[in-house]
Amino acid sequence: MSIRYEVRLSGEGGQGLVLAGKILAEAAAIYDNLNATQSQSYGPEARGGASRSEVIISDDDIDYPKAVNIDLLLALTQESFDRYQNDVKEGGIIIVDEQSVTRISEGKFLLYKIPIIKLAREKLGHALVANIIALGIIAGISKIVSENALKQAIGARVPKGTEELNYNAFQIGLEESEKLVAVKTAE
Amino acid sequence: MNKNSNNVKILSGNEACAQAALAVGVRFFAGYPITPSSEIAEVLAGELPKNNGVFIQMEDELASIGAIIGASLTGVKAMTATSGPGFSLMQENIGYAIMAEIPCVIVNVMRGGPSTGLPTLPSQGDIMQARWGTHGDHQIIALAPFSVREVFDMTIRAFNLSEKYRTPVILLLDEIIGHVNEKVIFPADNEFEIINRPNPESKDNYLPYQETASDIPPMANFGSCYRYHVTGLAHDETGFPTNNAEKINQLLQRLERKIVKHTDDIVEVEEYLLNDAEIGIIAYGSAARSARHAVKLARNAGIKTGMLRLKTIWPFAEKQIRDFSDKVKLWIVPELNMGQIAHEVEWAVRGKVPVYKYNKVNGEPINPEEILNCIKDKINV
Repeated sequence: MSIRYEVRLSGEGGQGLVLAGKILAEAAAIYDNLNATQSQSYGPEARGGASRSEVIISDDDIDYPKAVNIDLLLALTQESFDRYQNDVKEGGIIIVDEQSVTRISEGKFLLYKIPIIKLAREKLGHALVANIIALGIIAGISKIVSENALKQAIGARVPKGTEELNYNAFQIGLEESEKLVAVKTAE
Repeated sequence: MNKNSNNVKILSGNEACAQAALAVGVRFFAGYPITPSSEIAEVLAGELPKNNGVFIQMEDELASIGAIIGASLTGVKAMTATSGPGFSLMQENIGYAIMAEIPCVIVNVMRGGPSTGLPTLPSQGDIMQARWGTHGDHQIIALAPFSVREVFDMTIRAFNLSEKYRTPVILLLDEIIGHVNEKVIFPADNEFEIINRPNPESKDNYLPYQETASDIPPMANFGSCYRYHVTGLAHDETGFPTNNAEKINQLLQRLERKIVKHTDDIVEVEEYLLNDAEIGIIAYGSAARSARHAVKLARNAGIKTGMLRLKTIWPFAEKQIRDFSDKVKLWIVPELNMGQIAHEVEWAVRGKVPVYKYNKVNGEPINPEEILNCIKDKINV
């Protein structure tokens, strides 16, 4: 039986979710030798507006490149949590930005609350590396891609000169994931 | 170029289109950026100047297609890329390229319409515009890839057909195929065929629109030592306008014939699990991705389902569809439009079996479960 692991990264335009999705797909497909697709959905705005990026990871051909039964959802805004939580499969994972997503409704998912954007701002001085912190958290929790693969993929994709900043962000994400305990919102 | 062709990459359909254009020898691009096609222009703006090529951002799409037609006439492979609204603006000159027999490739990465519609969301709404967008009786070639690797292959094929038949070729991507990033391994430069337009052997008595056995007159590079006339008006073999009924008929019949006669060479379909299928799906582009997934879901549910995938949209795969209509019990045609190909399918099937449409026009892709439900629905009728 082949695996099909579906990830949706959601929030608003400008948060680097499309790039994070590409990095995750490259980590899986190029460095971990799996198959992966990444696609996105966004509005006509340059910044702001709902944005989502989807990554399908499989050891087989990927016919339909969009998420249908989500294994892991990252929600960086309340709107994206509200909109997408029902697309997560039973027992799936939801990771939310603790400051941005404050109203959590019940569901049969595992919830992780992390102040991702605050960590980016306070520990690294740049809110824009929140996407890379999120990748560290995803790697730590899901184990769907290896840490090494993700680190290589980050190095290959981020702008030259920002590698250290991004590696640090990734490391912070990994460390956060180790501290985490999932909150079950419903039995 | 293409030195890393054996490397595994994650690339989008649009990036693959640009890479294939470089590989097949495109050295002129004129266009006007428009979502969801802009990455094609973006990549070529960076790469063409480094490869002895020219990239021009034009003032609009009318000028863009005018520029590529002019460039191609001088002997260079030329292309443009756009989306629905820009494709509308290009229609007049697509007819010019057909009439003057000037090879060029127009990429349309389809988004929701009509008008400015849904700039960032997928659609397959320009199927009929590709066929009949320009006025007058004409034949057209249009191809629709369904994966990143196939975008690469079909971009090359689009140029090969365009050069071979001296006609514009439309490459129809949609937002999903243009923007999806997939794992892809490109072929090496020696692993694909490149076809170039037929050139005249001698400039003595050169007739630019000569009747030949192949129906495709040799094409001299304009501005070289050949002097000839090019016009969108009906013309005789010299290229000058004519009102002679016999000459007009000769030209229009040849333009029709040079495509129709080669339908078998141009039309490509992919059969997927069709041999024992009772339920047949006909799909293309991103809807075929949904359909392929749905075929597997249906087979897991014990329903013998298969897909005939249209790789060539125009000319239409009439023969293939009619042949398989003797085997399947019904056809389902999922499309991201109101049923533009489904009507053609009905015509090709000639009432042999029922044809059911499944259509979606809300900017969302077709979830494979929707097609599965449609299948279940139809077999219970």
